[in-house]
Order: sequence, then C-alpha cells, then structure tokens
Amino acid sequence: MDFANYDPDGVNRGREIISAKIVVAGGFGVGKTTLVGAISEIQPLTTEALMTAAGVGIDDPSKVPGKETTTVAMDFGRITMAEDLILYLFGTPGQTRFWFMWDEIIRGAVGAAVLVDTRRITDAFAPLDYFENRKLPYVVALNRFDDAPHYEMEEIREALAISPDVPMVLCDARRRDSVKQVLVTVVEHAMLRLQAEHGYPASVG
Amino acid sequence: MEPRRDPRGALVRPYAVTRGRTEPLQNIALEAVLSSTPTQSAEARFAGHDKYRISSVCEGRAQSLAEIAAYTRMPLGVTRVLVADMVAEGLLTLHTAAPATGFAARMNLLGRVLSGLREL
Repeated sequence: MDFANYDPDGVNRGREIISAKIVVAGGFGVGKTTLVGAISEIQPLTTEALMTAAGVGIDDPSKVPGKETTTVAMDFGRITMAEDLILYLFGTPGQTRFWFMWDEIIRGAVGAAVLVDTRRITDAFAPLDYFENRKLPYVVALNRFDDAPHYEMEEIREALAISPDVPMVLCDARRRDSVKQVLVTVVEHAMLRLQAEHGYPASVG
Repeated sequence: MEPRRDPRGALVRPYAVTRGRTEPLQNIALEAVLSSTPTQSAEARFAGHDKYRISSVCEGRAQSLAEIAAYTRMPLGVTRVLVADMVAEGLLTLHTAAPATGFAARMNLLGRVLSGLREL
C-alpha cells in the first residue's frame, strides 16, 4: 500500500488540482489591485516578502546589520474555475526597484497584462522594458480613467514603442466584463505564441 | 503596494520560526496549491503552532502558497520553508502548479483557462 495516497477522509479524492497564474504589471497606482479585485472571487490578498533596502538577492535581513527591513507587498486574487483548476492573478509591486521580485512572480505564468494609465504614459516605460526582455507573452491594457485625455490606440503604441505583435486592449479596471476581456486577450495571445513557436498555424478555439 | 517598515520591528526575527533556515527543502511556486486532510490536520496539531496554523488554512479548501502566507500573516520566505517541511513530513499535500512541459499539455491548460474565463 502506498501511504502517500492514503486518504481515509476522502478529501483528496479525485484529481490533482492544477493552478495557473496571470501577472498584472504596471507602474505604481495604475489600478492593478482594482483590476484583480474586479474579477477575483476573494478580496485581493497581500503577501509580503521581507528584505533590506539593499536586499537584492538576499532574503535574510539579519545577515545585513544596520540595514532597515523593508516589506515588499504583492496583491493577488483567485478564480476557482473547476474542482481541479484554479487561476491566480498576481499584481507586481509598483516600484521598479523591486524588479527582482517580478522575476519570481512571472516564473511559470501563463502570460501578463501590462496596465497603462493614459494620464501618465511614461510610467509604463519601465514595465514594458522589463517584459520586452522576457519570454513571457504579454498584452498591453490601457486603463481608461474618466479624466484621461483621449488618445488613439496607435498613438500610444507609437509613443511607447510597443511592438506590432503585442496586442493592445482598452479597459476599465473597475469593471468585471472589461477585466475578463483583458484576461481572455492574454490567454489567447499566449496560445497563439505557443502555436507559432511549435510551427502550427495560428488558431484559437 | 508601497514598501513599508515592519511594525513589529526587530522583536521577532522573521526566520526565528524556521530556526534560522532561509532555504526551503524545495522551491514551491507562489501559485502551487496545497491541501490538508482532516487526518493530516490532526497530526499537524503536534507539529507546533505555526505549522498547525498553516494546516488549518488548508483544511477543506486547497490554498496556494501565497494564500497561506497572506492568511497566516507570515512573510513569504518563512512560509515557504515551513510549507516545504510540512510536505516532506506528509502534513500537507502539494498539487502541481501549471504543467510547463510539452506543447499538448500547455495548450490543454491554456484552453481550459480560456474557457473558464469565457464562462465567468
């Protein structure tokens, strides 16, 4: 008898649970937590990682005497899609000096949405640079604030030098339907990329 | 999203509960899901306060490493060390995070996520 599968309570009965992750990135205050909260089945939660101000690559502040401990927080949400499938949405920490945390957050992700506030377009440069140099499929979502000036999508693509093969979508991070469309775009783009990498003609079912 | 100083100050060093260990037995992903049966939970009662709290969070509802850290209010690194120990001790069951290997498996997962989103 294999005791690893011993389950008299039947709680683990049935299939293994698989989880997937989509990353929501963007500058500080761009609406990442709002977006996650609009679609998550739980109130967005916060996980904290401790590190020192000079803590790149060091996760034990006690080894660096005299440095202050900083807490880097990331917010996330959850969508239970089936008994055996959970989708998590992770927001990145706002400040770009915490990029080393981004590496951990994006590892294994399905894809990412880079959220852009059209009132502060230049805040998007750093997050976009980050994804340009990674293999993770990503889309750009323009979070339209009520008081934002109106730009054409292509104007923004040009201003931010977004590659033509990166999908762009308008959204309202407060609205569930709109957020759903952003996430659908991320997953469709990830499928097309994966198919292209394997030499299949592009089609999403 | 702002970094903030730990309000608890240096009263309890964060890794005291792991007896100073900062390297987990295995590097569990943020989104990897863990669950606990009542039998495992009953055993975790004797595994110390922090492990029992972790076990309670996972009983009856599978939770990711990130959720466990959030609900127990422990820093992520500390939680990861304790959870990896508990998996090794048989106190928690570790489920897979996204199966990242193979075209067919990845397409299948993406397809399921896509239809899950469309059904929302």
